[in-house]
Amino acid sequence: MTEPVIVSDPPSAGPVKHEDLKLLQEVILRTPGDPGLEMCIQCGTCGGSCPSASAMDHTPRAIFAMLRAGMREDVMKSNTPWMCVSCYYCTVRCPQEIHITDVMYTLKNMSLESKVGGNSTASDFSKTFISLVENYGRSFEIGLAGFHNVKHFITRLPSMTPMAIGMLTKKGMSPFPPKRIKGMDQLKKILKRAKELEAV
Amino acid sequence: MTDYLYYPGCSMESSAKAYEASVEAVCGPLGINLKEIDDWNCCGATEYLSLDTTPAYSLIARNLALAEEQANGTRTLLAACSACYLNLSKADHYMHEDKAFGKKINEALAAGGLHYDPGQLVIRHLLDVMFNEVGLDKIKEKVVKPLTGLRVASYIGCMVPRPDYNKHVSDTEHPYELDDLLKALGAEVIDFPLKTACCGGHMTQIGPDTAFELIRRLISAADEYKADALVALCPMCQMNLDAFQGQMNGYFHTNYHIPILFFTQLMGIAFGKNPEDLGFGSELVSAHEAMKRIGIQTPEPVPAKPVAKKPTGLPMPPPRVRAVQQTTGNEEAS
Repeated sequence: MTEPVIVSDPPSAGPVKHEDLKLLQEVILRTPGDPGLEMCIQCGTCGGSCPSASAMDHTPRAIFAMLRAGMREDVMKSNTPWMCVSCYYCTVRCPQEIHITDVMYTLKNMSLESKVGGNSTASDFSKTFISLVENYGRSFEIGLAGFHNVKHFITRLPSMTPMAIGMLTKKGMSPFPPKRIKGMDQLKKILKRAKELEAV
Repeated sequence: MTDYLYYPGCSMESSAKAYEASVEAVCGPLGINLKEIDDWNCCGATEYLSLDTTPAYSLIARNLALAEEQANGTRTLLAACSACYLNLSKADHYMHEDKAFGKKINEALAAGGLHYDPGQLVIRHLLDVMFNEVGLDKIKEKVVKPLTGLRVASYIGCMVPRPDYNKHVSDTEHPYELDDLLKALGAEVIDFPLKTACCGGHMTQIGPDTAFELIRRLISAADEYKADALVALCPMCQMNLDAFQGQMNGYFHTNYHIPILFFTQLMGIAFGKNPEDLGFGSELVSAHEAMKRIGIQTPEPVPAKPVAKKPTGLPMPPPRVRAVQQTTGNEEAS
């Protein structure tokens, strides 16, 4: 007798919990506008159109099936939304006109809240980017790239040196943080209130 | 002169200074008066949307509210960066479509004494304005130095044609605007199949292997079609294809050399502007050779100094100097 071949990982969280049966609805409600996710016909056009599908552990189609099945932990652990490059190919090609890219953003938000997984490199990049924006009101590209790559890709730094030098000399990018916007207090107040509203 | 509200975006002040300079240089002659929004903030790119929804949209909406306040008769908000353009139109679109969501964002804005009425502004990308408002006839009139003989790949990228909430662009996957504009400048435009393919976006920072593959596809396609340069309209695309081209070459053991230019830089050349005022020379993959072909002198690349090796072992006669082979970029290591 040969061992049965396991094609994909079995659900890790065991039996589906009752509250997770509404997982699909939760994703839909958290996405601005009407994403139309319940209309998915599992055709796979999204995964076939995706430029970074090869880096994903589940294709978008599989993720939508897993949402329907209430496999919360598996979806939250998946790196799929984090590999999304926001190219919107899936969104315009979907025969059911589902706002797939927006759903991916929602899944990223939920995966950070759930604390079970996600992709630390990707979520760290977002966090570093935003901490700089929340501080200066503008993004600080050199600081972001430097900080992020030292933290996550330290072995790649030698190969990046010529590029970094080019950025500073040819492109004339400043190694210093940008000037703070005048309305920094206003922006902080807006974001503070927005975070309270998000939590509701 | 027509007034337009203008949202430059952070890249224009750091990595895409060439875009900023060339946009300013070509807008004047075409009668576009850019009124920069006072005290704008970062749009959050694709990163804030990944973390939190309401704060991300509020960050974008602050710009919309400021623009509406400062509108003074104009309704069109212009962005030159594709990601900024999409974020601004995305916030406007969803605040309009989903009333409850719009109310929530306005509640956050109210904490800073701001308010935005969704639908008040028409958000457009610079290419769209050039093509549909200024028009090719007017652009042709200004051409004094046609780009005859320059073979270019027109690359639009993702975020202008998709999802294109307000249907400003001709097609989601094969739009013709940039092709026609470059043809109007006299350039030879190749039928580039990857016109709206992805440049890798933020993957250069989170999954470099994936990013290099996406960059390779674009660069190798442009090279196969024998393009002299690839023309982009987004700071992110330009940065990925230009700055990471060397690393991509290292990763795949290839030797591509495709300069990446902004479409406004080529417009400026065709309008007879000085290349240095258009930010030429700031690209990491030098456009010197390509521009020389049509008789434009741009700053020469600084030749990389060969690393001097210390002599080791027995004294040997100096190596014979081999004739330098012309590299075409086609020689992928097998």
